[in-house]
Amino acid sequence: MASTDSTTVAKDGSDLAGLEAGLDALETRQTGRTPFRQTFTEKILPPVIAVALVLAVWQALVSFKVVDDPTKLPAPSDVWDVVHTAWLQGELLGYIWTSVSRGLLGFCFALLIGTPLGLLVARVKFVRAAIGPILSGLQSLPSVAWVPPAVIWLGLNNSMMYAVILLGAVPSIANGLVSGVDQVPPLFLRAGRTLGATGLKGTWHIVLPAALPGYVAGLKQGWAFSWRSLMAAEIIASFPDLGVGLGQLLENGRNASDMAMVFEAIFLILIVGIAIDLLIFSPLERWVLRSRGLLVKS
Amino acid sequence: MATTLAKAADGTEAVTHAARIEHVSKSFAGPAGQQLVLDDITLDVAPGEFVTLLGASGCGKSTLLNLVAGLDRPSAGEITTDGRPALMFQEHALFPWLTAGKNIELALKLRGVPKPERRGKAEELLELVRLKGAYGKRVHELSGGMRQRVALARALAQESKLLLMDEPFAALDAITRDVLHDELTRIWRETQLSVLFVTHNVREAVRLAERVVLLSSRPGRIAREWRVDIPQPRRIEDTAVAELSVEITEELRGEIRRHGQH
Repeated sequence: MASTDSTTVAKDGSDLAGLEAGLDALETRQTGRTPFRQTFTEKILPPVIAVALVLAVWQALVSFKVVDDPTKLPAPSDVWDVVHTAWLQGELLGYIWTSVSRGLLGFCFALLIGTPLGLLVARVKFVRAAIGPILSGLQSLPSVAWVPPAVIWLGLNNSMMYAVILLGAVPSIANGLVSGVDQVPPLFLRAGRTLGATGLKGTWHIVLPAALPGYVAGLKQGWAFSWRSLMAAEIIASFPDLGVGLGQLLENGRNASDMAMVFEAIFLILIVGIAIDLLIFSPLERWVLRSRGLLVKS
Repeated sequence: MATTLAKAADGTEAVTHAARIEHVSKSFAGPAGQQLVLDDITLDVAPGEFVTLLGASGCGKSTLLNLVAGLDRPSAGEITTDGRPALMFQEHALFPWLTAGKNIELALKLRGVPKPERRGKAEELLELVRLKGAYGKRVHELSGGMRQRVALARALAQESKLLLMDEPFAALDAITRDVLHDELTRIWRETQLSVLFVTHNVREAVRLAERVVLLSSRPGRIAREWRVDIPQPRRIEDTAVAELSVEITEELRGEIRRHGQH
């Protein structure tokens, strides 16, 4: 067994090291980030053009009097004026902040409830059998259906808004975590067990990180549901003492038959929803996927 | 099951084997009732010994490895190991949410190595598999051969007396596999690990092992054993390796032919 000729072994050793270094160099793929210019022309420019086109068609409809009724279709410039005035009067940020703070706070509560609930459903057989189907069924219930009971239970106040957000977002978050856990490759669990990660250690070191992509997808959907439920709650339960959020703004516009204000509210709701997704959830999702090499460049 | 001998390893009793498999049988519930996969297997792996288990599909070699790893229980018989064995799979099974270095550190952490020591140990292990600069690399940034070397380093981090390997190089290209054979032989000789290596590649079995155990298929039984006395370091294209491989292949083909006769 012992080497009779140490020089040949040493030579063999360094040969092997060199060979291996060569193989490693040949087989490693260089991955870099795409240059900004490419991102700009491929990702940013197309949607900007699409939005510009929609605005142009809209303006044309009004300018060429195809639709000649400002109570039905105000010009984009009229809507812009309303937004601009609200900004100058310092009300715009107030509307947005009222809704966004409600939405994000409600979402955080939903996170605190949905995460342990999802983990429980995913890991405990009895709990899964008992409430798993209900949880996925609840996802298809439009959360606006919760507004009337929430008003009766809690009255016209902020708690009622939070209740509606919770009922909308918790099932999505919990279900996202459940499907994330279900998709953990069994190989990881086996590898974890041979390393000694069983029970709670296994959950913490293997199952949760492996389930992260599904969980983040659930969070993203949970936010969309939170935002939608909140708008429904604000529209139905508009009450002056609650402060004017974007939903109330929309309802106020309808009551005043002010179509420009209605459009203003709709755009703000849309833009805020997209902005939160683009600023928080999409980067989070991209980071999770990229660090695992799951983000395929197209 | 695995704990009985772990106690003995603390010095109360001399350990004469890294793994002892005694009259082990395993059957699974199949569509046609209970199906016997392993039938009365008895096999010892001595401390520091390198044994390959060779067999065609359906011989239950991976099942046997799972039993030794403690991932499953035998239907009959007993398996004792000196501590918990480390296990390497055909797929690297590295965790993609951790870097190469952190994968190794997780193994150290689960073994109870205190935090300040982990980083240094992980880097030592990476150096042992000649991946010095790979500490911060993500799994997807490594080539197939590099991934298996990190997986080997992670398995070594467990500091088990016994390393179980389930066709770990089967998915690699021939050149890389050849290099990893040299690497595994070198590390095995440096660390004095016992290795139980499963493969269906006869040349690989002969290239690596001190002892080759041939399993028959359906159910898996030990058909024959060979001692391999060819001195290390060997090469897969050595004449002595080739000659023994021819002999073993003949035997393996005979085993397979029996299944076509009824």
